[in-house]
Amino acid sequence: MQLTRAGFLALLWLFVLAALRVVRSDLYAASGLRVAMPGFRRSSAKKVRGKAPRQLVVTHGALAGTRITLDGRPIMMGRADDSTLVLDDDYASTRHARLSLRGTDWYVEDLGSTNGTYLDRAKVTQPLRVPLGVPIRIGKTVIELRS
Amino acid sequence: MASPVQGAVGPAAGQSSAGPDGAPPTRRGTELLLLGFAAVVVSGALMLVEANQEQQLTFRIFWYGLAFLGLFAVAHVAVRRFAPYADPLILPCVALLNGLGLVMIYRIDLAEAEKALRKGNEISNDVPRQILWTTVALVLFLVVLILIKDHRTLTKYSYTFGLVGLVLLALPAFLPNILAPTVNGAKIWLKFGPFSLQPGEFAKILLLIFFSAFLVSKRDLFMAAGRRVLGVDLPRARDLGPILFAWAVSLGVLVFQKDLGTSLLFFGTILVMLYVATERVIWVIVGLSLFVGGAIVAYQLFTHVQQRVANWIDPLETYGDPGGGYQIAQALFGLGTGGVGGTGLGAGRPDLVPLANTDFIAAAIGEELGFIGLAALLMVYTVLALRGMRSALAVRDTFGKLLGGGLSFLLIMQVFVVVGGVTKLIPMTGLTAPFLSYGGSSLLANYVLIALLLRISDAARRPQTGARPRPVPQAPIAEAHTVLVERPT
Repeated sequence: MQLTRAGFLALLWLFVLAALRVVRSDLYAASGLRVAMPGFRRSSAKKVRGKAPRQLVVTHGALAGTRITLDGRPIMMGRADDSTLVLDDDYASTRHARLSLRGTDWYVEDLGSTNGTYLDRAKVTQPLRVPLGVPIRIGKTVIELRS
Repeated sequence: MASPVQGAVGPAAGQSSAGPDGAPPTRRGTELLLLGFAAVVVSGALMLVEANQEQQLTFRIFWYGLAFLGLFAVAHVAVRRFAPYADPLILPCVALLNGLGLVMIYRIDLAEAEKALRKGNEISNDVPRQILWTTVALVLFLVVLILIKDHRTLTKYSYTFGLVGLVLLALPAFLPNILAPTVNGAKIWLKFGPFSLQPGEFAKILLLIFFSAFLVSKRDLFMAAGRRVLGVDLPRARDLGPILFAWAVSLGVLVFQKDLGTSLLFFGTILVMLYVATERVIWVIVGLSLFVGGAIVAYQLFTHVQQRVANWIDPLETYGDPGGGYQIAQALFGLGTGGVGGTGLGAGRPDLVPLANTDFIAAAIGEELGFIGLAALLMVYTVLALRGMRSALAVRDTFGKLLGGGLSFLLIMQVFVVVGGVTKLIPMTGLTAPFLSYGGSSLLANYVLIALLLRISDAARRPQTGARPRPVPQAPIAEAHTVLVERPT
C-alpha cells in the first residue's frame, strides 16, 4: 500500500522529468529558424576526427614551405616580433590575423588589418571556420591547414 | 583544449534523428514514447484506485489503458499527418492530465455511488459522460487541426470571430431561464435537452483570436506615446479603447452572469496580450489600476463578491452560511489530510468536498496524491504552457506569436485561478481545471486551444523552405510584355 503510493508518485515525477529532458534537449536549437542544430555539426566533426588539422603550412610567399604544428594554442600572424608566424610581407599589418581553436574547429579572424585577410576568395570580416586545405591569404602569403 | 560547447549539446545529438536532407527532426517518436508513458501512468492510477477501493482487479484495466492509448494514438497519427513538426510535449501532457482527470472522476463516482447506496437513492455516474466528452473533444481537435492548415488564415475572419465570441459570452445572460438556467449562482449555461454547454469557454478562444489579429493590425497605435508624466510615457486617451472594452466586458460578465472566474481570466489575458504586443509596462499599470478599481466597485455593489471575499478571508467563520466557506474549508481539510505524500489513490475521502470532480478537483488530487502529486501535475501544466510560449517565441509571424502567447497564458492563468482559489491563495472564483475537471464545454474548448497551439508550434519548427514564396518565373527580357509606364508628375 505505502509502496504503491510512493511508487505512483515517483512514476508521476518520472514523467515530468522525461518531459523536462525533452525541453532541455532542444534548448540549444534556438528557434525553428535555425535549421542546422549544433548536434549535427558535432556529428559531422566526429566523422572527420581522424583527419583533424595537425599543422599549418605556408604554400606561397617568402616563407613558403614553413610548417607550424598545431597544438591548440591560438596562432598569431603579423609583422610583430611576438607573432607565432612572423610575416615579412609589405602588405601585412603588425597584428594581422589570428587562428584559434573552438571546439574541434579552427577559426580565422582578422585583427583589423589594413589590407585584409581572405579565406579562399572571401574577405574575412568575422571569425570563419577554416576547413582543411582551404587557402588563407594574407598579403602575398598563403597558408592552409593540413592534417 | 577543453570545449564547453561540446558537452552541452550532447543530449541533443543523442535524440535528434535528422531527416534525409538535413531537415530538423520532427520529434514524433518522442511524442509517441511519452504518450505511452502517459498511458502507463494513467493505467497505474486506475489500478491503484481499483485496488484501494477493493474492486475486483481484472484485465479490464488493461483494456481501459489500451483504449486510452488508442484514443490518443488517433490524435498522434493525425498530428503526424497534419502537423508533423508540432511540439512533441504538448499532446502527452494533455493526455496525462486528461487521463488522470478521468481516473479521479471515476474514483469520486465510486465514492458517490457508495454514499448513494447507503442512503438508498439513485446516482448517475459522471465517468461515461466524461469519456464521451473526451471523444467528442478529440474529434473537434482533429477537425480544427485538419481545417486550419495555417493559423494565419484565422486573421481573415477575426472580426467575425470577435462578434461571435461576444454574442456567445453574452448569450446566457439574456436568454430566459428555461434555456439558460442559473447553476450554482452563475448564469453561464445553455441547456439543450440533456446537454448543457458553457458558451463562455468557447468565447474566450474566439475573442483571443480577434484580439491577436486586432493588436497585430493596430500595433503601431499603441506604441505611440502620449504625454510624459513623471518620466512615464502615458498612452494617448483614445488608445485606451481596447483595454476599456475588455474591462467593460469583464464587468458585464461579472454583473449579469455572476461569473467571477471568466471575468478575471478574460481581463488578465487581454492585459498580457497588450503587454506582449507593445512591450510597454504602462499598459500593465493601467490595466492593474483598472482591475483594482473594478474590483473595489464590484465589492461595494455585489453581495456575491462580498461573500467570496469573506469566504476567502476566513472560511471557517462563514462555514455554516448558505454559500459560505463550507466548500473552501472542506477543500483545505482535504489538502491537510493529504499532507505531503497524500493518502494514496482511492484511499482518501475526496467526496467530502462539494463539487469534488469539477472546480475542486485540485483538492481531491491534493488529498489523494498529496503535495508531491499535486506539484507534479502543476509541473505538467507549466511544461504545457512553456511549450506553447516557446512556440510563440519561435514562430515567425506576429499574429502567431500573439495568439500562441495568449493561448498559453490563458491556460496557465486558468490553472492559477482555480488552484489558487482551492488553496485559498486568492478568492475562489469557480473555474474548471483544464483537462482535469469534469465538464464538457471546458474540455471541448481546451482541446480546440491545444489544436491551435499545435498548429502554431508546427509552423514554428517547420523548415522554412516550403513556406517561402517561390519566385515567379520571369520571362526573358526579349519576350517580356510591354508595360505602360506613366510619367511621374
